Amino acid sequence: MARAFGPLLIALVVAFCLAFLPLWVSGYILGLLTTAYYFGVFSMAWDLLFGFANEVNFGPTFLIGLGAYTAGILDSLYQPPIAVCVAAGALAAVLGGVVLALPALRVRGPYFGLTTLVAVLILQNFIVVFADLTGGEIGLTVPDVISVSDKVNYWIALGFMSFSGLVLYGLSRSPVGLILQASGQDAVQAGALGFNVVKHKLASFIVSAFFSGLAGALMVFYLGVASVGTFVDIAVGVQVIVGAVLGGRRTILGGALGAIFLIGAGELLRPLGDLSNFIVSAVALVVVLVFPGGLMGLLGGSREAA
Amino acid sequence: MKALEIEGLTKRFGGLTAARDISFSVEGGEILGLIGPNGSGKSTVMKSILGVERPTSGSVRIKGVEVAGWPPHKIARLGVGMVFQHSRPLHRQTVLENIALALTPDSLWRLLPDPATMAKARAIAERVGLSGVLDRKPATLPFADLRRIELAKAIARDPAVVLVDEPFAGLTARETGAFSELIAEMRHDGRAVLIVDHNVKSMASLADRVFAMYVGERIAEGPPQAVMNDETVRRVYLGGALTTASRPESAFKDAATPFLEVEGVDVFYDRAQALEKVSLHVHQGEFVAVVGLNGAGKTTLFNAISGLIPYRGVIRREGRSLAGVSPASIAAGGIVQAPEGRDLFTDMTVAENLDMGALRLKAGERTERLDWLFDLFPRLKERLRQTAGTLSGGEQQMLTIARALMTKPDLIILDEPTLGLAPIVMEQISKALERLRQTTDITVLLGEQNVTFALPHADRVYVLEHARIVWEGPPGRFAEEAGGRYI
Repeated sequence: MARAFGPLLIALVVAFCLAFLPLWVSGYILGLLTTAYYFGVFSMAWDLLFGFANEVNFGPTFLIGLGAYTAGILDSLYQPPIAVCVAAGALAAVLGGVVLALPALRVRGPYFGLTTLVAVLILQNFIVVFADLTGGEIGLTVPDVISVSDKVNYWIALGFMSFSGLVLYGLSRSPVGLILQASGQDAVQAGALGFNVVKHKLASFIVSAFFSGLAGALMVFYLGVASVGTFVDIAVGVQVIVGAVLGGRRTILGGALGAIFLIGAGELLRPLGDLSNFIVSAVALVVVLVFPGGLMGLLGGSREAA
Repeated sequence: MKALEIEGLTKRFGGLTAARDISFSVEGGEILGLIGPNGSGKSTVMKSILGVERPTSGSVRIKGVEVAGWPPHKIARLGVGMVFQHSRPLHRQTVLENIALALTPDSLWRLLPDPATMAKARAIAERVGLSGVLDRKPATLPFADLRRIELAKAIARDPAVVLVDEPFAGLTARETGAFSELIAEMRHDGRAVLIVDHNVKSMASLADRVFAMYVGERIAEGPPQAVMNDETVRRVYLGGALTTASRPESAFKDAATPFLEVEGVDVFYDRAQALEKVSLHVHQGEFVAVVGLNGAGKTTLFNAISGLIPYRGVIRREGRSLAGVSPASIAAGGIVQAPEGRDLFTDMTVAENLDMGALRLKAGERTERLDWLFDLFPRLKERLRQTAGTLSGGEQQMLTIARALMTKPDLIILDEPTLGLAPIVMEQISKALERLRQTTDITVLLGEQNVTFALPHADRVYVLEHARIVWEGPPGRFAEEAGGRYI
């Protein structure tokens, strides 16, 4: 088993080193990385579904948005402690995830993905229609933030990403993770081994929804604003997906790497204006086409490939 | 109480009755062989036992418990193990971890590997002969070992009933012997074993009883020898007697410049030579068979003719070299292949697949051509609105040939049309080929390892062995001069 935990050890050492970054770099870069870390959690949670349950969830932002808006609306209405708002956000994402997954897991093939895509559009329309409650297209300003210190926000995001990575990675390598992988690979053969495929896929959906919703809620209290463009839009979901695939399918930790790479590269190329998006997308495409193992595959050589 | 009891099992898919009123039982310590040609319904029966298909009516009992309509995982936990023909192991996990997976309880809270499970997995691996490769990844193992992993997974939970799907497909003679012993061991352990396969021959020495099916119904049941001698079974499997009716080469008009000439062709894959100085020719209107075992180079030869792979040497059509002509132009020019893998558009209907072959035809020609094809393969007309993926293997083969014929080819290349087909289906295809030969002036190049299928139609036969043509002549002389190794 030591072999399987090698990447985790490296990742934790890297995370430990990153914790000292606030001593060196500007608040602007810290802010950028804070957002990137939350996106890292989005991508890792998505890889659990794509890489292991073998289900393409086109609606990661449905889960993220549910978490973010539930936490934000609760805070703007009643101002309970932030921890309560965040917990409520995570819970809402899990409930929404179950409501979405139960019928969606009954349909086969591409229909699961389409169902999740439609869920995003429904949430987006809901937010726009009930503008009194949600802030609509302008966005919802929450009265509280966790901290005004960019250093504290940075450490919270880094700690949260490390914790999420640890749990998700551990889960993926555990016996129950192997059952999930077998269920995703061939449902008939997994069933013949006595595994309830729907139960395991549903459980993975709940775990993925929990981390997506939790990350979304925490990010609201970092940004102080919840808006469709940040949390729900299809483009945000695409970035989460590209981050996960770029990092390497079925690696979990690759999701964090890919998300940070996307946001970092976008920032470095910002002087190029609109061209920067194009270049980042093109690089992502090349990596995905030429190295199907993603960035993790590149780092680990051929060991992790296939 | 029998370990497995099936009573009055019927399964319908829409209008098609895949299994009708099937009843049999298997006791612990007994091996029952379930045989039948492709499309006979034996897979449907197997899937109904597994819970993958829900029976339309009838009963499936495991250890006396009625399980018809249960989901697969519940049936599996009650005591049914399955040895799949195609293994899908987890590729990042080792052999041992793959076997341990089969021992893992279906719980969401099993977060740490259980040492006892690992020890048990090790013991099972040893029983099936995998102890030498425990820490290897499945991708690095030979095919026979992958089958052993499947077997280990199937018996991991100590099932009372084990289903085995085509256990010997793709195994060498020696591996077949070893695998037979492993299956016999299951009987010795008191399990009820159901082997599903095409014919009796492979399991004659292994099965205690055999149950034979044909087009969804039971046709015979009894000891292997009795079923092999059963009249109905013989008719289904062996069909009618075959005679050859070859025409001499001088009967063809283009004696000086044959329609297709292959001269001294070499093909290399990396360093391995797939064809070595291969020369052959086909006259206009002639039916030529290239006979050879798997890996002899038949498909390579056909791909070279179709321009799909690079080669050294010369291939000429009506005297003009095909070197540098694109595969699309060669096909459009009338040299059309019905490939071994069938390459159908599985999500399209039969009609749509045929239309893909008719793209170059005029509207009137298309209808006329279709009528002719339906006359040749009446089965396809019945299945016109069905998607190609839902056809049986034999029907798919008919569609592949029909689609190639749809293009009005000058030369049709048939690569292993009988691959994986039961004798009765071969017979239907054989009859269609015979009519094709007698009623049209089409030119056919057939690649086959099934000599009894190829010989009756052929005007001339080439034998391809280890990349080289080793014999050439009329089918009448084949048995005497080259047959010993092939029949």
